[in-house]
Amino acid sequence: MRFLHTIWHTKGLARYLFWTGVVLTLVFVVLALFAHWIAPYDFAERRVDGVRFPASEGPSAEHLLGTNDQSYDILSRLIWGARTALQVVFGAVIMSAVIGVPLGLFSGFVGGWFDRVTVFLMDALYSFPSLLLAIVFSFMLRDVLGGSIVAAALSLTAIYIPQYFRVVRNTTVSARESTYVEAARAIGAPPRTIMGRYLFGNVVQSVPVIGTLNAADALSTLAALGFLGLGIQPTEASEWGYDLSRALDNVAAGDFASAFWPGLAIILFITALTLVGEGLNETLNPTLRRRRLQKVTFGPRPSREEAIR
Amino acid sequence: MPTRPETASPAVVETAGLEVHYQLQGGALSRLLGLRSRTVKAVDGVDLQLRRGEVLGVVGESGSGKTTLGRAMLGLAPTTAGSITYHGSDGAAVVSDMKGKALRRLRTDVQMVFQDPGAALNPTMTIEQAVGHPLKIHGLASGEELTRRVHETLEKVGLAPVERFADKYPRDLSGGQKQRAVIARAIVMGPEVLVADEPVSMLDMSVRAKILQLMLDLKDELGLTYVYITHDLASAKYFCDRVAIMYLGRVVEVGPTEEIFANPKHPYTKALLGAIPDVDPERQVARDLPRGEIPDAALPPLGCSFHPRCPVAREECGWESRDLRPLLETHWTHTDGDAADFEAERAVVGDLDSFDTPSSTVTVGRDHEQVSALLDRIRAEDPDEPFWTGVARAEADPSGGTRLTFHEPVDPRLRRSGGVDVACVRYGEDPQ
Repeated sequence: MRFLHTIWHTKGLARYLFWTGVVLTLVFVVLALFAHWIAPYDFAERRVDGVRFPASEGPSAEHLLGTNDQSYDILSRLIWGARTALQVVFGAVIMSAVIGVPLGLFSGFVGGWFDRVTVFLMDALYSFPSLLLAIVFSFMLRDVLGGSIVAAALSLTAIYIPQYFRVVRNTTVSARESTYVEAARAIGAPPRTIMGRYLFGNVVQSVPVIGTLNAADALSTLAALGFLGLGIQPTEASEWGYDLSRALDNVAAGDFASAFWPGLAIILFITALTLVGEGLNETLNPTLRRRRLQKVTFGPRPSREEAIR
Repeated sequence: MPTRPETASPAVVETAGLEVHYQLQGGALSRLLGLRSRTVKAVDGVDLQLRRGEVLGVVGESGSGKTTLGRAMLGLAPTTAGSITYHGSDGAAVVSDMKGKALRRLRTDVQMVFQDPGAALNPTMTIEQAVGHPLKIHGLASGEELTRRVHETLEKVGLAPVERFADKYPRDLSGGQKQRAVIARAIVMGPEVLVADEPVSMLDMSVRAKILQLMLDLKDELGLTYVYITHDLASAKYFCDRVAIMYLGRVVEVGPTEEIFANPKHPYTKALLGAIPDVDPERQVARDLPRGEIPDAALPPLGCSFHPRCPVAREECGWESRDLRPLLETHWTHTDGDAADFEAERAVVGDLDSFDTPSSTVTVGRDHEQVSALLDRIRAEDPDEPFWTGVARAEADPSGGTRLTFHEPVDPRLRRSGGVDVACVRYGEDPQ
């Protein structure tokens, strides 16, 4: 609750960053959640009542943003794309936190050879370029899960686990030596309780910041995978990166719209998530935070008689 | 004034030859090469009896091992040798052999109060959660029973009205209030023994007396036994029935508080008592504070650990090669000779670092004549320096320098002397 209080009362640049990001993100979230009602057509729909949509046509009353070369409605693909992006990014961030945080907590607490091995493995994962790693994982998962949303989310999960692991593990190692952990031992708390009740609450505080910043990164990686044709199959869901790569061929032929809109959506959503992340970072990270002193204004001074009365 | 038990009641915690040694990690290079690491002897052979219902003060400078001794009583510090025995309601149990579950169960009977109340409470738990957690962990209470007992305990330690404090986080409380909460957490399970590790040293002067009084009240009310660890003799005098003075991992003197304060025996105890500030200008005591610093616990001095700082040391106290260095350095800093004298003398002595390996014989310099002359000069400056009593022989070494042979070191054990036990060669009769 204190956390929300801090965010609400932040002043200055951090506040504007944060709230701009939140509003933009909310727009995408609303589009994603209510795509059924908002989008005029389904993402894979190209004929209504047996009449096929025109290909590569400009805006019209039926197609507000026009259609692309495959006769899909650009606006519908855009809105359904928001849903895909949200599903994949949300899934990836949640899963990597759910795996990375307990692993880091355990590893930092028990130490010893287990800690050494996991730190080594995580550092090895971390040292790969994230896109390369995502490509490798999506190749590996393609046989098992096909080009589905789950497969994309899983391959992104693998990239981000090391980040949560490292942050949580390092804060655990320093918190492990603190007096309140010694006090927990002194009252007879078993290791499970020490990790769950004493360390967890004190080491997860930077996780929301990493989470939102990772979300922005995950989105760009997803788009890159789609652009390379390694992401979600076009039959499974609408994906901005894939649409962008298809549309690029037609730009030379003068069809800008089908490349412009998915590109803009990618940029806006990444910006929104980054702003939320940076805003949170500014607000919650005490080394960066600078709280403004609030001006105190007094009312007009009461006259002597009033004061006495 | 605390009640003083006239007759010795049975021991509740007993340590016998207790040792807690820590391996030092050493530098990166020595670790890579697998060199032998050094051992710090935090607690080095302590025999103490904690009697039921008493307040035992453990007093010493920082680094004397008093905190480690307290932690070892709860099994928080690993015992490397010797034993700790807890005489609980269901018979004697050896704490130093306990592991896991048994050790955790011990902590329903032996509890600890920490030095820094600001760090000893989990910042993400409310006071009510923190105080109730021991009961929850050991399954002693739940639901309404838990709330009732927590509130009762909070009232006992003076955090009343309880509603004002129960939902607060540690950061919302003052230091004294936090320490009250820490005490509440320690007594909530109804323990027998409370190890209080400098419970008031981080608090404001105005709060100290209140917390100490609270602890005395709780002792009477709940029949507690205290181990009061402190560096502050003044509060020990007020608080304790018996006092144990620790120096470099050993107990050097232990006995009833009045006896120790009225008639201190060990030179270290005398020095500590001399260091208590005195408000009465008429009664200025001579400030014979021990010279030098507390020595390296990884390589304690031979013989009696206190001898390098002791004003009344004798020949058998364990004089050795390392004592030469401060002697020479004092000589050089205190004489008003010019730089040339220093250079000349420095050359006579040669390698100072060779004195750093502890040994009862040492060879100084290359020229016997010159070294003897220098040593005579130093001796003439301060003939009363106890160091000289320790030199058994000074003779020419075949290599050319002077070989000093010191008396065989005697490591004094605790011996009965008057009403107290003291570890000093000057007191007590040898058992033989």
